[in-house]
Amino acid sequence: MITLDNVHKAFGTNHVLQGVNLHVAKGTSMVIIGGSGTGKSVAIKSVLGLVTPDAGTITVDGTDVTQTDRDAFLARFGMLFQGAALFDSLPVWQNVAFRLLRGSLAKPRTEARDIAIEKLRRVGLTPDVADRLPAELSGGMQKRVGLARAIAADPEIIFFDEPTTGLDPIMAGVINDLIREIVREMGATTMTITHDMSSVRTIADHVAMLHAGKIRWTGPVSEMDSAGDPYLDQFIHGRATGPIEAVR
Amino acid sequence: MRVLAAIGRAVLGLLAAIGRVSLFGIATLRHALTPPFYPREFGLALLNIGWLSLPVVGLTAIFTGGALALQIYAGGARFNAEAVVPQIVAIGMVRELGPVLVGLMIAARVTSSIAAEIATMKVTEQIDALVTLSTHPMKYLIAPRVVAATLVVPLLVGVGDVIGIFGGYAVATGTLGFNAAAYIQNTVDFLQLRDITSSLAKGAVFGCIAALMGCYFGMNSGRGAQGVGRATKGSVEAAAVLILAANFVLTGVFFSL
Repeated sequence: MITLDNVHKAFGTNHVLQGVNLHVAKGTSMVIIGGSGTGKSVAIKSVLGLVTPDAGTITVDGTDVTQTDRDAFLARFGMLFQGAALFDSLPVWQNVAFRLLRGSLAKPRTEARDIAIEKLRRVGLTPDVADRLPAELSGGMQKRVGLARAIAADPEIIFFDEPTTGLDPIMAGVINDLIREIVREMGATTMTITHDMSSVRTIADHVAMLHAGKIRWTGPVSEMDSAGDPYLDQFIHGRATGPIEAVR
Repeated sequence: MRVLAAIGRAVLGLLAAIGRVSLFGIATLRHALTPPFYPREFGLALLNIGWLSLPVVGLTAIFTGGALALQIYAGGARFNAEAVVPQIVAIGMVRELGPVLVGLMIAARVTSSIAAEIATMKVTEQIDALVTLSTHPMKYLIAPRVVAATLVVPLLVGVGDVIGIFGGYAVATGTLGFNAAAYIQNTVDFLQLRDITSSLAKGAVFGCIAALMGCYFGMNSGRGAQGVGRATKGSVEAAAVLILAANFVLTGVFFSL
């Protein structure tokens, strides 16, 4: 469904992506792992058109992402950002219903609010949160609101950028379980970026490891531990010594 | 040779910056004229830039008008021309001080706030989030602010002009012994329509510059708190300098021809 073919991207002299090839099948959950600064976020932002690759092609359902109608294309996506990226000036329910209040998916205000409250309930938040501002919420609650916003328009494809970063282990577990449940319910195709191996084991159907600008290893999560790749092995066990330099 | 190269780099850098700002301005205009439109964002921008700037504009204008009356009275006394206080306060406030001071106060209050807000949104990925939610940041964030500032700052300048003249009137009639009715009559008789239209036109240009600089520097900010700080500082510096430069050009256009 989503295919990255020989994708390159450099920022000045920093060649972040150096020929990334990746395929994500429809209805599956792909988790991209890799060290900090290896270009995981750049890879998924390239799919969304937030970053323009220097070379290579990215297709969704066989269509080049640069050749599609932007609005219709983006309407198929939901994204949970690392810091939730909630709009400070809007109450929680308007953040969740942002897409339902404007544009091609616009609905009447009361209906949009009802949907927002339902989505908030789905991620474990009570309706009284709806009228609060994002700044009044804890980090875990903000992530849940971000998750509710990502799923508000029932997208076919959802991206999760570091969904558990900055959360305590219990809240991280709650978010991981929520993502897994919601994705299973919706039948969505997902790409997740994370360093958190418990997230990988909970969320992933398939795993891809990005290293030195390329996909170092990819395969089913069940084969990850026995893959025998020294880079992957060092990463998933969090060893300071190995082929990946600890000081980068 | 090195000095020449450095000068060349600086000139090329300046030209490139002018080009980038110009393209940003053209893109803003294009997005302002094509749907979708965001009336709620436009209304909020009107409120923030217009209504909430009234106190600072009013205070700036009244003190400036008062000080201007004192200066003209003291200066005019050197050649027995104290009687021109109402006329010079009126012309000084309406033609120059009203629009320029309102423009600079807007640069301080609004440009900085827009730049800091948008830069923070960029740093915290809120701009990226807007895009993923099928909302163009230029339409949702930039166009409403620039259009609102262009429309509302002339009104602020008009209010500033009136309050500034009142400041001069209060000082002149309260401490300098001017007759109240004669002061008002002299002010009204002396001002021409061209003075008022130039004042309002300057307000529109200064409002546009102030909002555009805030938006441009915000959208092009660097990372982290330092990036936000630099964007805010740069936006106010650029807006203030451009407002003063535009004032010189507009004064030439209105009164030298």
